[in-house]
Amino acid sequence: MLRRFDLEAGGDSFSFKPETEPTIDFWLAKYPADKQRSAVIPLLWLAQKDNDGWLSEPAMRTVADRLDMPYIRVYEVATFYTMFKLAPVGKSHIQLCGTTPCMLRGANDLKKVCEKKIGKKMAVTDDGRLSWEEVECLGACVNAPMVQINDYYYEDLTPESLEEILDKLANGVDVPPGNFVDRQTSAPEGGATTLKEDALYDGSRNSVTGLPNLPESNAEEDPQSEAKGKPDSNPPTNVDREEPNKEKLEAAEEGAEATEDAEKQIEGARPEALEIDGKEADDLKRISGVGPKNEEQLNSLGIYKFSQIAAWTPDNVQWVEGYLSFRGRIEREDWVGQAKTLASGGETEFSKRMDGDDAEASREEGED
Amino acid sequence: MADDLFKLNIDGKDIEVPKSYTLMQACEEAGAEIPRFCYHERLSVAGNCRMCLVQWKGAPKPIASCAQTVGEMRMNPDGTPPNVLTKGDYVEKARNGVMEFLLINHPLDCPICDQGGECDLQDQAMAYGRSGSRYSLNKRAVENKNMGPLVKTIMTRCIQCTRCVRFAAEVAGVEEIGMISRGEDAEITTYLEESLKSELSGNVIDLCPVGALTSKPYAYNARPWELRKTESIDVMDAMGAAIRVDAKGDAVMRIMPVVNEEVNEEWISDKSRFIWDGLARQRLDRPYVRENGKLRPASWKDALARTAELLGGPAEKIGFVAGDLVEVEQAKAVKDLAGQLGVKSLDCRPAGAGYGADGVREKYILNPTLMGVEEADALLLIGANPRLEAAVWNARIRKAWLWNDLQVGVVGEPVDLTYDYEHLGTAPGDLEGLLNGDSDFVKAFKAAKKPMVIVGEQALVGENSVDVLNAAHQIALDAGAIAEDWVGFGVLHNAAGRVGALDVGFVPEEGGSDTAAMLSGGVDTLVLLGADERDLSQLGDTKIIYVGHHGDAGASKADVVLPCAAYTEMDATYVNTEGRVQMARKAVQPKGEAKEGWAIFRALSDLVGKTLPYDSADELREVIREENPVFAGLGFAPGTAGHKVLLEAPAKPQGLDKARPFGAVISDFYMTNPIARASETMAECSLMKRGLETPVAAE
Repeated sequence: MLRRFDLEAGGDSFSFKPETEPTIDFWLAKYPADKQRSAVIPLLWLAQKDNDGWLSEPAMRTVADRLDMPYIRVYEVATFYTMFKLAPVGKSHIQLCGTTPCMLRGANDLKKVCEKKIGKKMAVTDDGRLSWEEVECLGACVNAPMVQINDYYYEDLTPESLEEILDKLANGVDVPPGNFVDRQTSAPEGGATTLKEDALYDGSRNSVTGLPNLPESNAEEDPQSEAKGKPDSNPPTNVDREEPNKEKLEAAEEGAEATEDAEKQIEGARPEALEIDGKEADDLKRISGVGPKNEEQLNSLGIYKFSQIAAWTPDNVQWVEGYLSFRGRIEREDWVGQAKTLASGGETEFSKRMDGDDAEASREEGED
Repeated sequence: MADDLFKLNIDGKDIEVPKSYTLMQACEEAGAEIPRFCYHERLSVAGNCRMCLVQWKGAPKPIASCAQTVGEMRMNPDGTPPNVLTKGDYVEKARNGVMEFLLINHPLDCPICDQGGECDLQDQAMAYGRSGSRYSLNKRAVENKNMGPLVKTIMTRCIQCTRCVRFAAEVAGVEEIGMISRGEDAEITTYLEESLKSELSGNVIDLCPVGALTSKPYAYNARPWELRKTESIDVMDAMGAAIRVDAKGDAVMRIMPVVNEEVNEEWISDKSRFIWDGLARQRLDRPYVRENGKLRPASWKDALARTAELLGGPAEKIGFVAGDLVEVEQAKAVKDLAGQLGVKSLDCRPAGAGYGADGVREKYILNPTLMGVEEADALLLIGANPRLEAAVWNARIRKAWLWNDLQVGVVGEPVDLTYDYEHLGTAPGDLEGLLNGDSDFVKAFKAAKKPMVIVGEQALVGENSVDVLNAAHQIALDAGAIAEDWVGFGVLHNAAGRVGALDVGFVPEEGGSDTAAMLSGGVDTLVLLGADERDLSQLGDTKIIYVGHHGDAGASKADVVLPCAAYTEMDATYVNTEGRVQMARKAVQPKGEAKEGWAIFRALSDLVGKTLPYDSADELREVIREENPVFAGLGFAPGTAGHKVLLEAPAKPQGLDKARPFGAVISDFYMTNPIARASETMAECSLMKRGLETPVAAE
């Protein structure tokens, strides 16, 4: 559709409303001094707002002068975006979505209402209250069909409800935006149709009654073995379930880990643990290949000192590799050799670097 | 520099090009021809016509070669240079598709289109298009737009390449053309169809690859294949732009630019381009002699006899004043005749100009050369308005300002030059102590490696004008602008004939009068060589012999009118403001009985019994070359050759404060010479510029 300025209706002059000035300053402040023209779209929009919803030629020039832009450059922007109206619009300007979902849901009937009540597209009623146009998708397809009136969406319309809205607007009565059927936002009409059971919301489905598909051996030890095989049936309702204590949870986790350890068939011999005060521990991260996480795991095995690692037998190495789940790495990176050097007070290439550079440690951690 | 090079295989040929090249340039380097509409080497890349598609093996789609930088291409998976094909079914199909889309909305009006015969779209449709149309729906139609008296628009033909938009914004520096709306409604227009105001607007006609923007004055006048094309030199300003004069029969039908990288790149000003209708109007086509207060047509014999009679008086009471368009040959013949007659009063400069009297060429030419501004890092314009005095050069200054960060300072009128500059003063007195200032420009100027000082015509006329020139020279010396490899001091003239006339010594001999003295009644007999721009109101009862080609101010006051050829009607030598010697070529016959200027004076010399020693223009040019070797180097600008002379400090300027304040020397860009004043097109432009636009000119 060809769009041209309505020069006659635009008059000779335009000025921003005083209350718009702070908003203009807000937008101008977003851009560097030599890039002020980036604010052209917000300023055109503000000018349109201050000019009864359409952008007159003097308004466009005012924006161009403000931003020190050639008129033709602003003209290009103003004509590119159909959001900028170049001819007068009604006090309430209706933008009717006619794209596929709305069309399928009856937008064509709404068009007929607009044509009947208002007239041709972009025509303004004699009293200047209404005008309408068809626009592309406004992104409210779940509430199709819909229209946008000035800044707000009016959704789930029928020819009757739109007619009523238009009648009210034509008489100067405000119509609150939103839904025009019994529906909350995009929820089903008439209320929810699924997920209605109380049990979903009372927390009862959260109480654990036993783990399905546990191995047989465990099931025997499980005191609640009757529950096995029918975990979903008759869940005990435990509304006043106490909030799990954090410490207890951690303890339980540790216990679980320990049992897992026991189950895990790790080949080799577990190195001897050492009970030690944290302060006496060596910084195991000085061994190339040991990051903070590995150090933590080693500490949990009771390994705190270089001398301990230096004393590892091949069996120990095999076990630790198995425990840490990286086969062959300890040998490849020669943790034992490194530990021997460090235990005797020496320095390795890596530890020297490490003393000056913590980044190396974080790289190791990344590798883990 | 191997790092900056990139290897490519184009059409099976291995080549190596700089990484900064576009793929299109690389393909051309490899000898392939790439069709294009939107791409233009002097404009930014738009990449919107898609005509330059090529195949890059391995890429999922055809590549727009104008927008693909070579350095950003990747190697083949095996590490060999990328393979690009500019021929073959794949490329042909792609281009064929683009062509079909372009032609969907393009009218089939080639038979009545002025672009027909020299139309990129027509040529490329022949080469890459399909034989027929598959499109059966209605074509799009676009309203024509007013763009002023020069550019005719038929917008339905537009293919939205946006070359004109980019030209106006980038080269001309007057953002007045734009593309409005979008999609199939997109239209090229000026703001609310105002007329184009740039002095370079005519170039959009050449840039337009289709017939959307055509020349309004030339509309429906001729077909390109009917025209006789003569490459020549423009004389509308002192740049000496390369032009092509297209003529049919005895009429010049149009003037087009020719590429001369050192002078005008490929642009010419509107005055150079549209002056041609002035060549057919108000012409002096036969001699006239004044009898009983009225000019009556006369034969050459009568007119020359009358002239010889007038020149028979005492030599000290005879004077010659050369105008702005006088060619070297005529100036030399007149100078020689004056010498024979013992006349000492001859001048080619405007009244009050003092330059050139000492014959030091370096002090009146533009030593840094027009192209040199692209090397310079700071430019000081003194009393010059390049936008009006050398419009095409102004675009080059703008280019340097845009891309090379050239700093510009102006002492003179604060006018819109299409680029930012620092205004340092308006009066000659402001030159004193200019470099002591601490403004940004002065700092940049002093720190500049290649500073440039240009003195314009505004500074060169009037009392104490020599002081202004000396002061400017001193500023250049102080800034270190003059060295063996860089001479950053020059004069920007605005008359095509000036430097050439100065080169043959067309200045008063010792004891002779200058222009001002001659024009205020200092002589009894005055010969005007097309000097219509001089103030002729103080002449009193001085007898005037006017030699020129247009019935303008001079002819109306003359006692004898001798018609001579204009610049398109003879082979003639002109020297541009850089001191570049160039030849204008004869495109059409002189009007009526008009003769070449030098021949008139050769004939006259016989009558006064002082026969000049040459019988043809070639012999005359031989003499000119012998006497002044600068004329031997055709097309060559001396540049830094004369830096030694300029290293000497000039005389200390004494009366700077008394010098004429800088002010416009060109009040109306479109009316600066007799040819322009005879041109209807120029008159329309002039009215338009003054806001007195005529209703849309008849087409």
